[in-house]
Amino acid sequence: MQVNENKEFQPLIVAFCCNWCSYAGADLSGTNRLNYPENVKIIRVPCSCRVNPMFILRAFQRGADGVILCGCHPGDCHYTSGNYFTRRRMTLLFSMLDFLGIERGRTRVEWVSAAEGAKFAATMNEFTETVRKLGPNRRLEDLRCRKQ
Amino acid sequence: MQEAMKERAKQLLADGTVSRVIGWKRGEFAYDTTPAIFETAEEIDRDFVYDDFTAANVSKYLIKESRRDGKILAFLKPCDTYSLNQLTKEHRVIRDNIHVVGIPGGPKLDIEKIKARGITGILGVKNNDYTLEIETLYGTEKMPFYEAISGKCESCKSRKHVTYDELMGEEGEIAESNRFDMVEKLENMTSQERYDFWREQLSKCIRCNACRNVCPACTCENCVFDNPKSGIDNKAAADSFEENMFHIIRAFHVAGRCTDCGECSRVCPQNIPLHLLNRKFIKDINELYGEYQAGEDTTSKAPLNDYRMDDCESSIVHERGVE
Amino acid sequence: MFKRISASRLGELFDRIASKQMLYIPADREDGAAEYRRYESGMSLSKALNTVRSAKDFFFPQTENLAEFRVEGKKIEVRDIREECEDFVIFGVRGCDVRSFSILDKVYLCEPVDSFYKNRRDHGTVVAMACTRPAETCFCTAFGIDPTMPGGDVTVFPDGEGYFFLANTEKGEAFISMIDDLLEDGDASALMEVQENTRRILKKLPFANLSTESFGGEKLNEYFNSDKWGELSESCIGCGTCTFVCPTCQCYDIRDFDTGNGIKRFRCWDSCMYSDFTKMAHGNPRLTQLERFRQRFMHKLVYFPANNNGEFGCVGCGRCLSKCPVSMNIVKVMKALEVK
Repeated sequence: MQVNENKEFQPLIVAFCCNWCSYAGADLSGTNRLNYPENVKIIRVPCSCRVNPMFILRAFQRGADGVILCGCHPGDCHYTSGNYFTRRRMTLLFSMLDFLGIERGRTRVEWVSAAEGAKFAATMNEFTETVRKLGPNRRLEDLRCRKQ
Repeated sequence: MQEAMKERAKQLLADGTVSRVIGWKRGEFAYDTTPAIFETAEEIDRDFVYDDFTAANVSKYLIKESRRDGKILAFLKPCDTYSLNQLTKEHRVIRDNIHVVGIPGGPKLDIEKIKARGITGILGVKNNDYTLEIETLYGTEKMPFYEAISGKCESCKSRKHVTYDELMGEEGEIAESNRFDMVEKLENMTSQERYDFWREQLSKCIRCNACRNVCPACTCENCVFDNPKSGIDNKAAADSFEENMFHIIRAFHVAGRCTDCGECSRVCPQNIPLHLLNRKFIKDINELYGEYQAGEDTTSKAPLNDYRMDDCESSIVHERGVE
Repeated sequence: MFKRISASRLGELFDRIASKQMLYIPADREDGAAEYRRYESGMSLSKALNTVRSAKDFFFPQTENLAEFRVEGKKIEVRDIREECEDFVIFGVRGCDVRSFSILDKVYLCEPVDSFYKNRRDHGTVVAMACTRPAETCFCTAFGIDPTMPGGDVTVFPDGEGYFFLANTEKGEAFISMIDDLLEDGDASALMEVQENTRRILKKLPFANLSTESFGGEKLNEYFNSDKWGELSESCIGCGTCTFVCPTCQCYDIRDFDTGNGIKRFRCWDSCMYSDFTKMAHGNPRLTQLERFRQRFMHKLVYFPANNNGEFGCVGCGRCLSKCPVSMNIVKVMKALEVK
């Protein structure tokens, strides 16, 4: 969580992007000069399937207010089937977070190809707004990591 | 049943079919049985016990035991056979070195439920036509048998053995179980209510790791929580985040492999209903990817090692149930 | 003359204490087990014999921060984050747990004194409660504890309809003066009867004749090399339940936690049952569960008395007996090892 000079809440968003599609999609949105919020911090991973549930939790621990995972569209995985496994894993993980009472809007999976710079920017804008409305992450926060 | 089991064990030891027997050993009180290995007829005569308090699932011990010389005889309750099957599927046990004798299961009793009624100084527990007569230092107390049964037996999923080499007693059926009722109740709460429920439960956790260590599906040689190289090892939950983290990861690591044997909740010294986390995964898997019972067979693909092109998207989580 | 308060006015007494200091009492949880809770008006005292977690938590918490580090460029700043602890009262501590404090003291108050522990010890008043209904798992008498005379700063004796108060220390006197006007003179004859009755039950406990005579520092080699350990430890699943519910287990680990914007050095309970206990550069000195299991019982029955004039590291509270997932415990170990 961050606060800007007007004391407004600025959500911190962590976006895990797969190297082959979504990261390139983010690049494209940049080269196309499309705006997406500076709240989004991108972490590049070789494949969306590389993202262990612990990564998601760790992001929340270190102060993220929302975590989004982007990968190639189903069928387009550079490693053939990685994102299919991701889909099942993240569905179950997000469902569990919801079961524990963590606000469901804080997590999302989105498929973004290398050609979808516009989709990347739109997704990030929309996700940031959703999380902004939810307010700071308190239910899955590690108080020790709060910036003093 | 206990006497018949002892006889059979002694026979199999005598004719050399097996060299060891895994079962339960009598303790100091009427209720504290311990899983144990028996090697001689004398040990069996002296210590072997099978009664209302032998709830422990002994299948996890077979990981190590099946790798030792000679065959081992394992007495397994229906729920225990699911665990063994799952371990066989994951190549964690050497099934050929185990002689499984299927025995009728519970319902088993949970001494904690008797003590929770304020009954203390327990010297003996007798089951008299489904009324427990509990002899204590302070006189005899009575309570209905079914109010003292172990949580894991309250929602028994199956009385059928899924693997055995021989069977003692009658074979049962897969049961109609109410095991998802509590999960459903929680799903229908608001997110705040669920949060409050789990905070109250998980804040009791003392991180003894009993739930993990007893779990027949938790079989990593070195758990991430014990491994300094994993970057997330930790010995105690310093705050609510770490409490949540441990339990989410514990349940996630056995998702699709958990047979719902209920050992995690049985051993929890703080009575945290940990099986609900595992059951949530089982329920989700059943609903989203088709009915699946871990341990039912040794060939099917585990749901998290599998996929369909037309699986639902993760956004389904946002679309169903109560926010 | 003993001072007494009737059971019906106990709430009033709690309110009074809580108005001056933090008060913790054993309270019932919804699952029927008892735990220490910060007293709030209206809360009632648990009838359970003991809490699941022991009272050591008050002096030796499961986790605590020791220091913080901040790094800026090549400068490292170490911050002492210690705060003077507030006065607090722990009410209803049983004789076993009271003894456990003196065992912890031997570890933490000897040189070099653990100032974190001492800080809390100095500010805590222990109000002990005499036992009247010991459980089958109790064996404190084997360690010379009289649960009808539990000690502490103040001892509370229940006589069935009320509670007698007796101060044992200066802190105890101060505690009594805080509640003096609520107490009245009482007739202790009913109390004597309650005590007699409890002593009779103590003699009937399953472990009434458990003896510690064959244990102690001089038996090191004999017990260390005993061939019984294999059989005793075969069922141990290597969890830390026994160590974490134990009122005397005092081992800890010190770790650094990287918060992303600094380092917090904390200590937390550790368990000799764990594979990463006392892990060093070359690994864990105790490679198998047998060795870890042996460590725990050797420590309580042999190593601790060897270093502390024969005092054992167990108080017979029975928590491990009722909580071990596989019901393997110190009494079974003692009975198996005992040289007749």
